Amino acid sequence: MKRLALPLMAFMGFAFLYLPIVSLIIYSFNESKLVTVWGGFSTKWYVELFKDPQILGAAKISLQIGVISATLAVVLGTLAAFVLVRFRRFRGKTLLTGMITAPLVMPEVITGLSLLLLFVALESTLGWPQGRDMMTIIIAHTTFCMAYVAVVVQSRLIDMDPSIEEAALDLGASPLRVFFDVILPTIAPALVSGWLLAFTLSLDDLVIASFVSGPGSSTLPMVIFSKVRLGVSPDVNALATLMVLVVAIGIFLAARLMRPSHTEVNE
Amino acid sequence: MKWSARALVIAVPMLWLLLFFLLPFLVVGKISVSEAAIARPPYLPIYEIEDGALILRIAYANFTFLFEDPLYLAAYLNSLKIAAYSTLFSLIVAYPMAYYIARCEARKRNILLMLVILPFWTSFLLRVYAWIGILKTNGILNNMLLGVGIIDEPLVMMQTDFAVYVGVVYTYLPFMVLPLYTNLVKLDQSLLEASADLGANPIVTFLKVTLPLSIPGIVAGSMLVFIPVVGEFVIPALLGGPDQLMIGKVLWTEFFSNRDWPVASAVAIVMLMVVVMPIMWLRNHTERMEAAA
Repeated sequence: MKRLALPLMAFMGFAFLYLPIVSLIIYSFNESKLVTVWGGFSTKWYVELFKDPQILGAAKISLQIGVISATLAVVLGTLAAFVLVRFRRFRGKTLLTGMITAPLVMPEVITGLSLLLLFVALESTLGWPQGRDMMTIIIAHTTFCMAYVAVVVQSRLIDMDPSIEEAALDLGASPLRVFFDVILPTIAPALVSGWLLAFTLSLDDLVIASFVSGPGSSTLPMVIFSKVRLGVSPDVNALATLMVLVVAIGIFLAARLMRPSHTEVNE
Repeated sequence: MKWSARALVIAVPMLWLLLFFLLPFLVVGKISVSEAAIARPPYLPIYEIEDGALILRIAYANFTFLFEDPLYLAAYLNSLKIAAYSTLFSLIVAYPMAYYIARCEARKRNILLMLVILPFWTSFLLRVYAWIGILKTNGILNNMLLGVGIIDEPLVMMQTDFAVYVGVVYTYLPFMVLPLYTNLVKLDQSLLEASADLGANPIVTFLKVTLPLSIPGIVAGSMLVFIPVVGEFVIPALLGGPDQLMIGKVLWTEFFSNRDWPVASAVAIVMLMVVVMPIMWLRNHTERMEAAA
């Protein structure tokens, strides 16, 4: 009994994490429109999904925003992490530390509202940005994603042996060369996981995008949310199943690629 | 490194964050003391220059309004309540999981950790959506319970606090498990053996050794759950009832439905205080604990 209690509780925790996802997958193959009544096996919701121009258009917008924001977030987040770990003291270090960690815990409604109000204020004083579109979403996503990238890259930089860099410098390499030839290859796995994390967060964000998007730039979560608010819809189940499939393949590939430096898999 | 290059490397992320993270809060602060108006944008400027004289128009009314209308106070208190209970429930579910993972051999441990993180990579919105199908009146759970014969008529679970708790614990569980795991995996086994040798039974050992030593993990996990849940919008919007007050939802309605930007900003400022103060307190608290240890 005593030996079983802990594994059993842990198992129930895992079941709790996975049963909803399993139910989404099962019911995406359901013939019936009444999502929870089983009406036989069917793939018609997948066909339906690929005929829906609204979902396809939104998916395209979301993917574009995700790729651009994740890339910008990796560049900015890595710079911030590098500065915080390697530069001993400079004016504003505390401020930068605060600004890079605060987005991690900031409620999304506040981030969204504040950025929108900034864009509106900038538009009325400077005339930029004109209206709101994909670009304002990209700026918003880059800002909160770079915080996550910075955390991932920081922990990698801290683990890195400084003597390698010092050796390179002693051998006459310029700081720029050291960065590109020594530091960058070492932290590459962290950059990859940081990029994937930022991409996922961007693809997933509903609240911030709802605030800063304009007409014609509805992202996928915004379209899903408006569909789901009216009730359960089976083609959303099909979409969810496809996303789970993509994530599973992605994680599998990432785990394979990073096996040699296997500490990364845990992050 | 040359001074100018160093300054440039610092300046790029610094300027970005100043412009797109710090400045927005100042704008929110400004608009929270503006008067609402039917205009584009829907608020009046807080100062005007008339005949060379500066006229300030600071409207504190938005804030007094928040305290006069019981709706806002109720929404803040309810958000805090839901966040507190959710944190507790997550802790209860997460602790055995984290403990179990920390006790596994390394290979199994990595697989289980992956399993904890994996749902985090799939869409948060869709995972919340999955619960609608499970919890609704003719949903999966009710059908199952009816089928087994435990209940005679379907339970009303959707649009209740219960549904919100389930949704919150479900989505934030990994944030509780991971810090707990990181803490528990470092636990020195010999302490447990010593406790057993001295005659303590496993429950006493847990309460007197394991639990106190894991407090930093509990605090870290609780912060990661509590803080975002206070401002949560999606989960109460999808799983909670229409009359369930949570501050994130109130801010959303104030902004999108009532189009009252100044009041929405005031709600945001107060929410920031409510959320930031516990963070400061906890940070000081943990630092002091670490300093003492």
